[in-house]
Amino acid sequence: MSMTGAEIFVRCLQEEGVEYVFGYPGGAVLFLYDELFKQNKVKHVLVRHEQGAIHAADGYSRSTQKVGVALVTSGPGVTNAVTGIATAYMDSIPLVIITGQVPTHAIGQDAFQECDTVGITRPCVKHNFLVKDVKEIASTIKKAFYIASTGRPGPVVVDIPKDVTSHKAEFEYPDKVAMRSYNPVVKGHAGQIKKAIQALIGAKRPMVYTGGGVILGDAASQLTRLVRLLGLPCTNTLMGLGGYPATDRHFLGMLGMHGTYEANMAMQHCDVLLAIGARFDDRVIGNPKHFFEEPRTIIHIDIDPSSISKRVKVDVPIVGNVREVLDELLKQVEAAGTRLDDDALKTWWTQIELWRGRDCLRYDRDSAIIKPQYVIQTLYEITHGDAFVTSDVGQHQMWAAQFYKFDKPRRWINSGGLGTMGFGLPAAVGVQLAHPGETVACVTGEASIQMCIQELSTCKQYRLPIKILNLNNRYMGMVRQWQEFFHGNRYAESYMDALPDFVKLAESYGHVGIRVEKPGDVEPAIREAFSRRNELVFMDFTTDQTENVFPMIPGGKGLSEMILV
Amino acid sequence: MRHIVSVLLENEAGALSRVSGLFSARGYNIESLTVAPTEDATLSRMTIVTSGSDEVIEQITKQLNKLVDVVKVVDLSDGEHIERELMLVKVRAVGKDREEMKRMADIFRGRIIDVTEKDYTIELTGTGSKLDAFLKAIDRSSILETVRTGASGIGRGDRVLRV
Repeated sequence: MSMTGAEIFVRCLQEEGVEYVFGYPGGAVLFLYDELFKQNKVKHVLVRHEQGAIHAADGYSRSTQKVGVALVTSGPGVTNAVTGIATAYMDSIPLVIITGQVPTHAIGQDAFQECDTVGITRPCVKHNFLVKDVKEIASTIKKAFYIASTGRPGPVVVDIPKDVTSHKAEFEYPDKVAMRSYNPVVKGHAGQIKKAIQALIGAKRPMVYTGGGVILGDAASQLTRLVRLLGLPCTNTLMGLGGYPATDRHFLGMLGMHGTYEANMAMQHCDVLLAIGARFDDRVIGNPKHFFEEPRTIIHIDIDPSSISKRVKVDVPIVGNVREVLDELLKQVEAAGTRLDDDALKTWWTQIELWRGRDCLRYDRDSAIIKPQYVIQTLYEITHGDAFVTSDVGQHQMWAAQFYKFDKPRRWINSGGLGTMGFGLPAAVGVQLAHPGETVACVTGEASIQMCIQELSTCKQYRLPIKILNLNNRYMGMVRQWQEFFHGNRYAESYMDALPDFVKLAESYGHVGIRVEKPGDVEPAIREAFSRRNELVFMDFTTDQTENVFPMIPGGKGLSEMILV
Repeated sequence: MRHIVSVLLENEAGALSRVSGLFSARGYNIESLTVAPTEDATLSRMTIVTSGSDEVIEQITKQLNKLVDVVKVVDLSDGEHIERELMLVKVRAVGKDREEMKRMADIFRGRIIDVTEKDYTIELTGTGSKLDAFLKAIDRSSILETVRTGASGIGRGDRVLRV
């Protein structure tokens, strides 16, 4: 049957089982919107800014493991979306972003709302396409979903000129994709897996360090089994939280710039390191030279060969899907009854417990001013550690990562790689839509929240009962902290002057606002907010302006060179 | 160290910019880059001359392989290989220099492919260093214009790069 490009587009989304499209209409996508309007299988969610559309699709994907889908118009629609796309790219989130383009005959003419979408997005997508022929819409969208969700996932942009959406072609949706240029490795090399086990057996001070790859690769249960079976200490990166149950005693907390003392010390002093779906980035190991002052054997499992031996030289590289590799590794370990040197392991754990005893996350619990850590801790207790928590970027993000103990994967939703302020609220939109009955909390600060505050309107339209915890210290807290430590207390432009009344602001959007100014009011306020199951509640906490995030590894320093409380 | 990397990639609009964008975004050197379709018109073959430490070259080949349009990548410098570059040089050729220029072209096995009363255009093929040597051998002031293709490379013997 002959269909228009727009009809084909909608049919493709239906074939892919797309539940939600997050988007914003405009001239170049009018035919696409017209077809979306005529059906109700694929639901469209209208955001208030294209950045929000991408973050919402991103939050949807992070919390479900499905591909997130967004639809924006040409020109400014695309440029507004770029921050969202780059955010997803840095954290390897599978998205398909459909962008309108001016008609093919107008491309290159500096037409109204024209921009070089493929050119602008190229460095921040896994791949992108310009569809110039209506006959290629179906096969391109099929490829886009395939590329986005396989291998190391990532965002894929499909740019469709307006005239192509009105041209007609026969619709046929391909069953599968075969590309000679794209064949991601799945299974790990058997010989390398054997070598990894040999290295682990010989370990006196083993350590497991895992990142977002364990979450994306759906390998949390394999990781948990392996760690418990061999009695290993385990740390997660910011992106990897929830990959290993945070309340388990094998878990040493997050590592890195604001990681725990015990995680960073164990990372620095281990003799065999098993790295899984992580990339040794600057915020994790600090200065690589310092990291290499201690000799250790590194085993690295990752689906992306270019992540291996990029910042640190690896001894046993294993390229493959982390879940498949861990399954194979577990099979062999279980079959052989592999055990580590018991005495050595005991000594190592004794050392680790000494480090843990340092209680590096302690803070003043009797403070007369609200401590931000206390807010997160209370949030954790009231939600029984079972909420989906999104965050923005800065001090509040680090406190949420430190004080909310994630026992399950896909519960912690934050912009780790790009560090995008404004991510938290729109991401929560996607998470709440994906999980209608679940508790979704957005931990933010008064600076970050204002970067995408317009999405409060989206929340109203779709009745999303998100709970926003605004840690309001009237500073861009992380900027202020660096200025205090490294720039002689000169707080250049980091003070947030002329803030809105957030309670009234929330109310003007039709939501509930609560201001909390005293520590004693924190718990009742959070309780009340979460008891309002069908309403969005904006909690504005007046927090300590001088509080800093500890531990901290200053830029360029090594893992064991932390500033402690 | 200097490396010569061969890439087979889908002959699609924008494929070249994915490669050149990768090099600029990650701060890798490009000494030269040549590209043209192969006998199979759906594929392009690219030769990139680059330099860097072993770690950097390893990353370059991995990052190239990661590009969705790239089918195969080979570091030709890993084994025996041949490389050739084409240069066209326009030189002043008047008076006694006219005969001298013809002789130099012959010595370097170049061919004069365009002649006017005042100048020659010489076509020269070889490794980059041979082309450099020619330019050094002739009188610098007689050079009016040069254009070089950058190196193309191929493995020796049965080293074959194909799909």
